[in-house]
Amino acid sequence: MSYLEYRLQTVPTGLRKVLHLNWPLILLICAIASVGFLMLYSVAGGSLSVWAEPQMKRFAMGMFLLFVVAMVPIWFWRNMSTVGYVLTLLLLVYVEFAGATGMGAQRWIDLGFMRLQPSELMKITMVMFLAAYYDWLPIEKTSRPVWVLVPVILIMLPVLLVLRQPDLGTSILLMAGGGTIMFIAGVHWAYFATVIGTAVAAVVAVFQSRGQDWQLLKDYQYRRIDTFLDPSQDPLGAGYHITQAKIALGSGGWSGRGFMQGTQSRLNFLPEKHTDFIFTTLAEEFGFIGAFSLLILYALVIFFCVVSALSNKDRFASLLTFGIAATFFFFFAVNMAMVMGLAPVVGVPLPLVSYGGSAMLVLLIAFGLVQSAHVHRPRQA
Amino acid sequence: MKQNPKTLADGHAKFSRRALIFGAAQVGVLGILGYRMRALQLEQAEEFRLLAEENRINIRLLPPSRGLVFDRQGRPLAENEQNYRIVIVREDAGDVDAVLSYLAQLIDMPPERLERAREDIFKHRSFVPVTVADRLSWDAIARVSANAPALPGISAEVGLSRYYPRAQDTAHILGYVGPVSDYDLSRIDDQDPLLQIPKFQIGKTGVENKLERSLRGSAGIRRIEVNAVGRVMRELDREEGLPGDDIQLTIDSKLQNYVQTRLGGESASAVVIDCETGDLLAIGSAPSFDPNLFVRGISVSDYSALTENKYRPLRNKAAQGAYPPGSTFKMVTAIAALEAGVVDSEETVWCGGHSDIAGNRFHCWKRGGHGHTDLHKSLTESCDIYYYDIAQRVGIDRIAETARKLGLGIKYDLPMSAVASGLAPDKEWKRRVRDADWRIGDTVNASIGQGYVLASPLQLAVMSARLATGRSVTPRLVARRNGVAEPSGAGEDLGLNENILRRIRKAMYSATNARKGTAYGSRIIAEDFRMAGKTGTTQVRRITAEERAAGITKNEDRKWEHRDHALFVNFAPFDNPRIAVAVVVEHGGSGSRAAAPIARDITLQALYGDTPPLDAYPAKDRELIRQRQETFPQWSEATPKSPTQA
Repeated sequence: MSYLEYRLQTVPTGLRKVLHLNWPLILLICAIASVGFLMLYSVAGGSLSVWAEPQMKRFAMGMFLLFVVAMVPIWFWRNMSTVGYVLTLLLLVYVEFAGATGMGAQRWIDLGFMRLQPSELMKITMVMFLAAYYDWLPIEKTSRPVWVLVPVILIMLPVLLVLRQPDLGTSILLMAGGGTIMFIAGVHWAYFATVIGTAVAAVVAVFQSRGQDWQLLKDYQYRRIDTFLDPSQDPLGAGYHITQAKIALGSGGWSGRGFMQGTQSRLNFLPEKHTDFIFTTLAEEFGFIGAFSLLILYALVIFFCVVSALSNKDRFASLLTFGIAATFFFFFAVNMAMVMGLAPVVGVPLPLVSYGGSAMLVLLIAFGLVQSAHVHRPRQA
Repeated sequence: MKQNPKTLADGHAKFSRRALIFGAAQVGVLGILGYRMRALQLEQAEEFRLLAEENRINIRLLPPSRGLVFDRQGRPLAENEQNYRIVIVREDAGDVDAVLSYLAQLIDMPPERLERAREDIFKHRSFVPVTVADRLSWDAIARVSANAPALPGISAEVGLSRYYPRAQDTAHILGYVGPVSDYDLSRIDDQDPLLQIPKFQIGKTGVENKLERSLRGSAGIRRIEVNAVGRVMRELDREEGLPGDDIQLTIDSKLQNYVQTRLGGESASAVVIDCETGDLLAIGSAPSFDPNLFVRGISVSDYSALTENKYRPLRNKAAQGAYPPGSTFKMVTAIAALEAGVVDSEETVWCGGHSDIAGNRFHCWKRGGHGHTDLHKSLTESCDIYYYDIAQRVGIDRIAETARKLGLGIKYDLPMSAVASGLAPDKEWKRRVRDADWRIGDTVNASIGQGYVLASPLQLAVMSARLATGRSVTPRLVARRNGVAEPSGAGEDLGLNENILRRIRKAMYSATNARKGTAYGSRIIAEDFRMAGKTGTTQVRRITAEERAAGITKNEDRKWEHRDHALFVNFAPFDNPRIAVAVVVEHGGSGSRAAAPIARDITLQALYGDTPPLDAYPAKDRELIRQRQETFPQWSEATPKSPTQA
């Protein structure tokens, strides 16, 4: 079913679209962002102007963009997908090139009012592009090797560029997001089994070979892997962050120390307290209740997206919605796992909460796309 | 591409299936995250809360106030004075240079001090308070406080620092404190965390050093909240430390002051001991130094002036110095011989000025000899030949035994640095230490306190007190520690024959009071305070036969380092001994001329407790004494104040 077949009279037009927005999702986003403002106000020691205010302004701008994106019909965005992907890829190459030659190690482009990180933008443009790709590709060809190889290459290109920056966190998110869309689109499970199986085998081989005469890596590389996997081996170096984060989390207890009472973050024991580690401050000040509530809010965002995706008969729209939900999911799951010591510290912010311009805007634009897909979904007569 | 409607429907079904699988996986991950949250925040919460406390709470030590030292009358000898200093916090100061130059005008800081302060400031983190000026007068502090608005980041603080009001008088007894050094830390086995405080002051010498543990007290604790870089956010609570014990010494600072003044510029020492209790009333060593210089950080030039002085002002000669006791040892030889019964007190020995023993010629100090000499005469006129004779009869081992009984060759447990043990040599000692047999000549030399015999002025004073009382008087320096009296040093009866002791005392009495006595010139006229004493003059180098023949034996003709040591021991009053005194003047010449007058003056001062009346002195000395009394600085009961406390 293409947009030409939509029965125009059932799809809302003009300002009436506002009534058809996925309002629960918007309210959830606002709730999560408000948690962010509160925490940024707290970690700044009760100062609005340090982090909370700029973050609010960016959120306001992001919400505006969300509405603009939501008003634009989803088929327009589908047609823009390839252009968006290629442009973002070119931007990535540009910052890679320019960053290496003259702009220091800059990985962003100054837009005047904010700094745009192409790698952040790539998180949605890649999802858009893959959704469009699978919408275009005849379903029976989905699992043919050639048609599997194409998206793999198109995923790996930006992943490798981002990895070179180096930004391990973003490349993991890109890879996971892309892989998820391929999985949802119906690529045969054997491919995933092969990739996962090979990866597991490689990891096992690397670790098994350690100390044997066929050792695959050098000793220092193993030691680096060791501290990466278990930072507590190096408590004052790599392990310092995660140890302090766990102390902050744990000391929150059931109900926390109270708003603005978190000693760990206010006394600067926590690193990146306003960005990647902001969850620890929440957990310290509001305890298990606060931390778990945020987790529920995130889960609800995913839930509403998934419901919207499943109920949408348009393949592009549902793939896009699901892909964005998956990326969002990886975002907060990796961040939480990281600060709780379940995963290595890879530098992924907490979506909508952590201080940061690009991530916030890109996420809100992504949710604009979800809204657009929702508003412009094909309706039965 | 146009999608086939059939496959599109299949595709949507597959999408839903896959979406459900993925959704299930997401729920699984959410479950793990939630479970982890529960584990960290609910199950291990206590543990992490504890760790968080440890993180933010820092324990700082509060140095306790050091114990004070008083003299026997309760006059302060070592105090803690308030030390006003100026502290700067760089981050609050803004323009550090501007603030410092303004401060320098206010408190008169020399440029090099300013430069050192500047270096210090930039060596530390911006929030660390750095001391820029120390020991300021109250006026200077007032000026700084008045200009506070123009001096951002500057604050005045008050701390305690050691001050010795009697400065030179008690330098050798008390020693001094100084900042703990790496060398100190490597040398002492002390786990006290106070020692880790930068520039914490500990006793370096003397009482300050020996009674360090009592004086120091124990640390207080201040719990503060710090942030990750160690900046102090606020104080949580504090627990004051235990101040150090106050120490009361047996020293009488008025007498001590007199002794130091009387010794004057000589390289000399004197000890006054209470015969009853063993209390050390004065321990003088001259020249002296100002211990306050050390507390404040002595300059290189001041320090080298002290170390290069040939009179060695840093040395406590009274306790550390070990000298051949010379004729003051004759009482020991005499008692040993009389106790052994090898000589009768009436028996006479012929002194012809010299005596040939085992192929060597031994001389008496009096070239013409003393003629027929008995015990009484031998001590009064200090005949040497008599002792050569009786010492050979009694043997060195009994002499050494008697010497130890009388307090020589024993190291006393006194809280002063490097207390000398002296030496009462015997045959076993020579075999052990010198790996040689004892010779008869050694006994002859030892009989008159020469040769191997060594004694400190402190030991000589103890000997004199033991002769006076017949008890094993033991010196003590600490009277009370934290208000608790230390045991008296009165001692047990020595078990010496009282008749023999009485004869010895009588002979000592006539040595100072009989016309022919060696110390007749330094007698005391005052009926109640007459003293008994004995002179000693000890060679510091052998007199060669040529010198003896040429008659160049007069001290005045020799270089200072080659002149004889002058010694005198005495006790007084004769009928009821209260104090015993020993004086040693290094290279002072003869005991009767250099040491005895000092000992007599000290004795009178001690017995009167103040400037003695002129009629206590022999008539011919009165004019000289009067002049000296007038030139001596007036004693003031008021505790001298630190010069910086304007």
